[in-house]
Amino acid sequence: MVISPLRRKVLRDLRRLWAQVLAIALVLAAGAATLILGNGAYSSLTETRARYYDTSRFADVFADVTRAPRALLADIKAIDGVLDAEARIVKLARPDLPGMAEPGSLLLVSLPDLAGAGLNRLYLRQGRMPDPDSRREILLSEGFASAHGLGPGAPLTVIMNGRRAEMQVTGIALSPEFIYALGPGDMMPDPRRFGIAWAPRASLEAAFNLDGAFSNVVLKVVPGVPADRVIAELDRLTARYGGMGATARKDQISHAFLDAELKQLSAMVKVLPPVFLLVAAMLVNMTLSRLVTLEREQIGLFKAIGYSSRAVSVHYMEFVLCISLTGIVIGLVAGAWLGAGLAGMYARFFSFPFLVFTRDPQVYGLAALVAVTSAVGGALRSVGQVARLPPAVAMLPAAPPACQNRPGRFRPFPGLRQTGVMIARHLFHRPVRTLFSIFGVAMSVAILVASLWSTASINLMVDVTFFQAERQDALIAFATPQPARAVFAGRSLPGVLVAEPFRTVPARISHRGLSRRVAVTGRPQDPRLSRVLAPDLRPMAMPETGLILSQALSQALGVRPGDRVTVEFLEGARPKVSLPVSGLSIGYVGLGAAIDLSALNRIMGDGMLVSGLNLMIDAAGQDAFFAAVKAAPRTEFVTLKSMTVTRFKETLAENITVMITVYVSLATIIAVGVVYNFARIALSEQGRELASLRVLGFTRREVSGILMGELALVVLVAQPLGWGIGYGIARAMAAAFSSDLYRVPFVIGRDVYATASLAVLAAALGSAWLVRGRINRLDMIKVLKTRE
Amino acid sequence: MRVDGEGKTVLRATALSKVYQTGDVIVPALRAVDFEASAGEFVVILGPSGSGKSTFLNIVGGLDTASSGQVWFGDMEVTALDEGGLTRYRRDHVGFVFQFYNLVPSLTARENVQLVTEISRNPMTADDALALVGLSERQHHFPAQLSGGEQQRVAIARAIAKNPGLLLCDEPTGALDSATGVRVLEALAQVNRDMGATTLVITHNAAISEIADRVIRFADGRIAHETVNSARKLPAEVTW
Repeated sequence: MVISPLRRKVLRDLRRLWAQVLAIALVLAAGAATLILGNGAYSSLTETRARYYDTSRFADVFADVTRAPRALLADIKAIDGVLDAEARIVKLARPDLPGMAEPGSLLLVSLPDLAGAGLNRLYLRQGRMPDPDSRREILLSEGFASAHGLGPGAPLTVIMNGRRAEMQVTGIALSPEFIYALGPGDMMPDPRRFGIAWAPRASLEAAFNLDGAFSNVVLKVVPGVPADRVIAELDRLTARYGGMGATARKDQISHAFLDAELKQLSAMVKVLPPVFLLVAAMLVNMTLSRLVTLEREQIGLFKAIGYSSRAVSVHYMEFVLCISLTGIVIGLVAGAWLGAGLAGMYARFFSFPFLVFTRDPQVYGLAALVAVTSAVGGALRSVGQVARLPPAVAMLPAAPPACQNRPGRFRPFPGLRQTGVMIARHLFHRPVRTLFSIFGVAMSVAILVASLWSTASINLMVDVTFFQAERQDALIAFATPQPARAVFAGRSLPGVLVAEPFRTVPARISHRGLSRRVAVTGRPQDPRLSRVLAPDLRPMAMPETGLILSQALSQALGVRPGDRVTVEFLEGARPKVSLPVSGLSIGYVGLGAAIDLSALNRIMGDGMLVSGLNLMIDAAGQDAFFAAVKAAPRTEFVTLKSMTVTRFKETLAENITVMITVYVSLATIIAVGVVYNFARIALSEQGRELASLRVLGFTRREVSGILMGELALVVLVAQPLGWGIGYGIARAMAAAFSSDLYRVPFVIGRDVYATASLAVLAAALGSAWLVRGRINRLDMIKVLKTRE
Repeated sequence: MRVDGEGKTVLRATALSKVYQTGDVIVPALRAVDFEASAGEFVVILGPSGSGKSTFLNIVGGLDTASSGQVWFGDMEVTALDEGGLTRYRRDHVGFVFQFYNLVPSLTARENVQLVTEISRNPMTADDALALVGLSERQHHFPAQLSGGEQQRVAIARAIAKNPGLLLCDEPTGALDSATGVRVLEALAQVNRDMGATTLVITHNAAISEIADRVIRFADGRIAHETVNSARKLPAEVTW
């Protein structure tokens, strides 16, 4: 095969400039990889979820009731727009595992009588379904089973409704309802302490005295019918059976968490890839325009001997295409590899029967296309210049940089040494390149600022939530509200130092057409263990009348302190009252409303009742406490703050290490790409000057100091700009991440800016060091003999 | 160090050799050259391309190292200096003028001269140096705004501003037309006369040799011929 001379030149140029080519290709690759990662993960998650929901007939509406007769199901199915409905028994129970001292919970869910019927159908991973007539057989969720090494055939003691029952595991299953399986009171899934067990309906009916009754109903709605209408009708039907207000799929915990993850992914796709692609385009522009300047005479020669302008332009475009090809190959491989890693991470948080990182050629094709487009876009100006250069002009050396000055003008850089003047003039005479470079370095700082801030913000969230607001060591929730004497019983449990009651009642709070379903929590007037904090973190006393709403809830409802809201309680006599908003509290998790405990009980009108206790426990008495709680019949679940916090921090620590590694690598790629290319181009332009200075008696250090000085200025000026851009991105991300589930506090400390700058400075120093060798090897003799 | 007194030897090379090796190919560029120049002497070096004259000048100026032999500047052995020593030697004692001027395009004429005065131990002012070459009026111009001859005179001003003991010029008029070249030579001759710097000028142009005290002709890496001019001509009397 004969390679044309021009194509051979492309290959040689690539080999000669390999380091610059690689640096640009890596920036492009990062753009392509993050695009694949974001889009791929997004499409993997949405498609997998959609397919899973579809095959398992995942419900659209969910509702809890205290006890409703099964006959009601026919009425529910008859609601206009309901496709199908399943009545279930859903109850919390406690597993008694020999190897587990701390209390855990199992959510028991009844299975439909007909195997393979109903909604939220299970995916059987191992073993078989329980025999519908058996009172002992259960299926376990995969996470819980593997955390405890339980497989088909294993025995498991479960405390149901205060009674111990010896059960047997027949199989391991997954459900679309619990893709993200969050235990009561937890902030992160902990498969060790929380699991789901499915049992035949008859066995749960017997255990919870619900013969011929159900406690939960799930509905499939005809596509296109608004869920709100169905919910209104369903709430009307279930109200007299203790209906607590139905929720649509969008508020179902597992679904909502997946949505939050998808939201974060789409925010990432909007921020990261464009940054890389933009920087790559700038780098191509800088490098190619220098190459074209250097090769003016060659371009003229090509044209003089008969190559068309088009052929010569195509030659330079081929050079750029080779760069983008290199970047795309690296980007596709890295994207697929990172994608597999991300899918692995998702597999730990989300229980899908199958989750593969996308192999959709469109995702990869789009990344490749976008990468090529940005590289070609960056090259257009220079290639246009190549096409326009007349051969005669091209063969003359380029006009010297426009250092024009009126004679006798005062010195524009007073106080600078001449080497300093050189630095300043070089930067000012190529303003576009200087600005590009500053912007590029700033973007690498920005990426770091925009990613590192979340650590401090999460720490603040943990500190405020677990150490300033919720100061209890343990929380006991009763299966049904208990009279006030339960407080004294709780106080007398072994190890308990302080017991503080609370009552939660589900309610729908509305204000001018906006409404939210929340749990209203009644607390003692001056709570000490579970506190409500004002935005300035001062503890708030419970108002005698009125509600304290979390800031998130007040925004969702559009209310301010002093406004009145309608509160429709969804328990007992279901009182509907109008209450003033007395104050706003800070809160990062969920939507919250707080009220004085006595006031709540007065409204409910069913006596002094409590839903549970917040406890302070003597560390020495912890084991005795665990044992006593396990035996206590009325306890539905117990959460331990230390476990919740530990789990939260562990998970976070793992993710943060991965995240910081990824983001620092990405920022380094940009910083090195920009600084290295800037330095090489500057060296190529000034090599002759610098070598001349060496001849004049400047030391190597002084000469490299000139180039390094330019780099240092670019890098330093870029820092505050990067901080500013990073701050903006971080702020936008905090807003984008916030949902009804989470509210991400936006805090960004000086340490974030410092860390970002240090990482980028290190990358810049590294690239400068790579170029310094070239400065030291400058050929002094050659420059004396050649015209520029 | 100072080099004083007319007639005293300031530059001495003994058995100076330089061999270039590229792969298996060995090219001798200088073959045991012996040379002396006295303070204030104006020496023109002639010779065809590849005869070794530039290699000689580069080693004497501390830009290149010898394969064997010695160069002494006063009582300093230049050939024994390391990288840092050579830099200091060039900085303190040697002024260079090149064929292509090698000015810094981003600095004005005056700033180009200041570039050197800032790092020298005993410099004259940039204004004086520019006045010596007759360019006071043009000192705020950038190189791109100056003619070739003017640029070369800036280069001379830059070379002499440090009060060098040794002024080395490699084809200083090579890129200039005759009339402009004469002006440059006048500047060189004047500087040599006023400051007493020992001046070595490499040229292809035999006509220039008439303004020298002594003319050396290189051939094949050796000094092939040496003439002493009994009477130096003025640059204005030379044409080519």
